[in-house]
Amino acid sequence: MRKVDLIVIGAGPAGMSAARRAAQQGLDVLILDEQPAAGGQIYRNVGQANAKRSEILGKDFIHGQTLTKGLDHANIRHLKGAVVWQIEEGTRVSYTQNGIGAIVEGQRILLATGALERPMPVPGWTLPGVMTAGAAQILLKQSGIACQNAVLVGSGPLLYLIATQMVRAGVPPLAIVETQTKADLAKSMRHLVGALRGWSYLLKGLHMLWELRRAGIVRHVAATDVAIEGDQRAQAVVFITGKTAHRIECDTVLMHHGVVPNTQAARSIDIPHQWDAAQSCFVPDCDAAGRTAVSTVFIAGDGAGIGGAKAAALMGEIAALEIAHDLERLTKTDRDAATQDLHKLLATERSARPFIDAAYPPYAGAIAPADETIICRCEEVTAGDIRRFAGLGCLGPNQTKAFGRPGMGPCQGRYCGLSVSQILSATNDMSLDDTGYYRIRPPLKPVTLGELASMDVSASEG
Amino acid sequence: MKTALPFREIDPVGNKVSITFGGIDLMLPLGENLAGALLVAGVMPFRNTPVSGAPRGPFCMMGACYDCLVQIDGMNVQACMLQVSEGMEITMPVVGGTADA
Repeated sequence: MRKVDLIVIGAGPAGMSAARRAAQQGLDVLILDEQPAAGGQIYRNVGQANAKRSEILGKDFIHGQTLTKGLDHANIRHLKGAVVWQIEEGTRVSYTQNGIGAIVEGQRILLATGALERPMPVPGWTLPGVMTAGAAQILLKQSGIACQNAVLVGSGPLLYLIATQMVRAGVPPLAIVETQTKADLAKSMRHLVGALRGWSYLLKGLHMLWELRRAGIVRHVAATDVAIEGDQRAQAVVFITGKTAHRIECDTVLMHHGVVPNTQAARSIDIPHQWDAAQSCFVPDCDAAGRTAVSTVFIAGDGAGIGGAKAAALMGEIAALEIAHDLERLTKTDRDAATQDLHKLLATERSARPFIDAAYPPYAGAIAPADETIICRCEEVTAGDIRRFAGLGCLGPNQTKAFGRPGMGPCQGRYCGLSVSQILSATNDMSLDDTGYYRIRPPLKPVTLGELASMDVSASEG
Repeated sequence: MKTALPFREIDPVGNKVSITFGGIDLMLPLGENLAGALLVAGVMPFRNTPVSGAPRGPFCMMGACYDCLVQIDGMNVQACMLQVSEGMEITMPVVGGTADA
């Protein structure tokens, strides 16, 4: 079995910066990442961005190249297209690469698995042509593919960013349908003073809005009753603002109302999670360095709570320094000296977050969806089904599986878990913490018998 | 009036190779993300669900949702996690068959 000091799962900003810092401290680092190139979702394919894509995607994206270049270090081995499906004993990781299963042991593991789009169940969201806004960005970053005749729906600064990128690409969106209200903005104002420390984010937001106004992009705000119409594929978005019913014909609908930590790997090893009311999601318990209840496993980046790419990179460095201290490559004094400034930078990075979270809350209509709305995309279980299960005495998400299979399809609850917990919590009038979440078990991703059979647990090379 | 497909390459690059989707010949850019290349070629849906037969296509593009499943060499695989290679023979996953992932 291959043995290393540190296994980093995920090559986004947190994973890349952690790997670099750990390697600089002399640790032998193995990165396992599903994608064919480093960057994660935020910096997807950044190393291959040509001039035109760089122009469209902007400076903040291209900044990711400093992180991908940092992986060029003698102590770092980056396995691309490596899909992790099991973590055991806090030290052993099983994965598949090119159809071959392998197992590797690390003295420490860093989970840098990032975020997923918050599920946004509305009528019609399973139709072909409906995608997450993040998916549209991935198409643009990875393949230079732009969506034509698209409508953006939801809330949050990411919608503005994607819209400005689409404008620059010459395929402006038909409209942005925003669900946040004036009342949300009013509530966010009490966080404004704190947010001024993160003024660069506020300025970027204002600049994007100005760019969209200049490009003549139509914005509808405080939209309710959002639904997608279509038979074999999405054909229109319908919604209401005030007393006006709207219908916008389109080919593609791009949905977004925030991102949430991807907790699959952490949950699979029973790391405890808590409900974070401000971010409306579950976050894993970890200390300031990212250490979890499984003392050899750390979490950094959005997987530990949403903070964005810059915060993720800082958290990765902090975790790497703590791990280097654990493994006696760094004294306590040197660790403290190095992390002090990083913690200060991290606090500044996070300062605008409470304002953003309050100004752009999740869309209420997708948190309490109409009965006929599909919640579990894989098994096609509706919100009404979940409420019916609750009425039959079902208290927790795991129990719903026995009633109607939600969370048991190929995505293993990634795009229904939060919704099921929230619907049960509301229906049973129980807290989110008491309601809990699906129990996640390995394999985290499907594994074939052939991949298992190919595993050589005694091999020195993984 | 619509004059274009929903998805367009803004900077077409790369050699195109021939593949088939459901028996139809397509020319896709070698090495490109398979789901993206199929979208540009106008393929939709990618599959029908085993539960109700409803049509589906790519949703998350990051390997999490499994809505872009297609069948290659008898296995259900995520199109968004694959790259285009010469001669790929792709079909929709068999509904009601033995494969369930």
